[in-house]
Amino acid sequence: MRLSWWKLLCIVLLSYVLFAGFLMAVPRKAILNETIRNIYFHVPMWQTMMVLCGCSVYHSIRFLRKPDLLSDIKATSYATAGMVFGILGIVTGAIWANYTWGKPWSNDIKQIGSAIALLIYAAYFVLRNSITDIDKRARVGAVYNIFAFVMLLPALWIIPRMMESLHPGGQGNPGADPRDMDTRMRIIFYPAAIPGFILLGLWISSLVIRVRKIEDKNLLHA
Amino acid sequence: MYKHIVTLLKKDLLLELRQQYTFYGVLLYVASTIFVLYLSLEQPETNVWNGLFWMIQLFICVNAVAKSFLQETKGRMLYFYSIAGPVQFIIAKLVYNIIIMLLMSSISLLLFQLLLGNPLIHFWQFAGIVCLGSISLSLVFTMLAAIAAKAQQQASLMAIMGFPVIIPQLLLLMRISKAGLGEIFKESALSDMVWLLTGLNGLVMIMAVILFPFLWKD
Repeated sequence: MRLSWWKLLCIVLLSYVLFAGFLMAVPRKAILNETIRNIYFHVPMWQTMMVLCGCSVYHSIRFLRKPDLLSDIKATSYATAGMVFGILGIVTGAIWANYTWGKPWSNDIKQIGSAIALLIYAAYFVLRNSITDIDKRARVGAVYNIFAFVMLLPALWIIPRMMESLHPGGQGNPGADPRDMDTRMRIIFYPAAIPGFILLGLWISSLVIRVRKIEDKNLLHA
Repeated sequence: MYKHIVTLLKKDLLLELRQQYTFYGVLLYVASTIFVLYLSLEQPETNVWNGLFWMIQLFICVNAVAKSFLQETKGRMLYFYSIAGPVQFIIAKLVYNIIIMLLMSSISLLLFQLLLGNPLIHFWQFAGIVCLGSISLSLVFTMLAAIAAKAQQQASLMAIMGFPVIIPQLLLLMRISKAGLGEIFKESALSDMVWLLTGLNGLVMIMAVILFPFLWKD
């Protein structure tokens, strides 16, 4: 079995993240303690989800420009994989929050944002299933995908900066708070954890796309 | 272009005046919902009042907008297709729904004050936020109604698709409407959020104009 270079890179990076992430030293912070290691796993889930959803929207736009069922298959496959990473992000976040904030869910603005994102993609699949005509389904789905993604961006990138949040960085700088990490953690987080999980997401999507291509062989070559 | 929009808008308004179906239907919906709220809560405290008000706006909007869009039959859509472009059609619909929603929001604001008590300290500030909110709601749901009109089970689909999309704006609206209820905001926080909402409205309009032509061709 021969793997292309980026799949090998993904395996190498994620093995490094797993070993170094669990074994290397981390700074001792009050409340966080050892749970700070979760940053290698929880935060990359969101970056991966955004990349995958971005790919999904890109293929939806391509479908509207040039109707081709292959673009539609790609758009839905990326959205499926993105949803998986979103669910993992919520679960890893809830476990972390249980130990640091005292309860898994506290209606933090970013938790709400992530829940909204999942609901939007769930609605996207419900909408698609309610239309039987294949071309119409692809077109209407693409329109909703683009519209919802554009509406989602302010919810994830602007509003959290305006409201108080339990997440570190809070007002003005949401996302991973670089101040909590030291150099030992940064050399795992930035070069390995984020690209590693993004590559994994792309890999999973490529497998979903291949399965869907086989399933819909008749439609694609008709 | 401009003329087409005015004509389409006039047609919708004229239909409304002649049939008086959407207007009284939604009006009855507004009145009966608020009456039931009055029966169950009488005079709720300020935060509950605010939350209920915006939830009711949301449901009114789903009903009002869905009615205005789904009443167009297939044949009529074909007719519009032959006389006007998609951009004119969607702009006319957006404007029409904004008008209807502004009307319904002001009526429900008055009914809320009449039945559920009056916690408002700055009435005009709150009324302004209500206008902004009803424009936001009607814009988003007009676009979603256009999408849902292409599918089956349209009414329930609108709620499924619309609620997650509207939550951020609704949260912002509930937040800033507390200004009308007497909460003091930081220097620039209030105007920041108002500008963000206005920007989002513009964004929805642009998206509607860009995306509707793809829904139009069937």
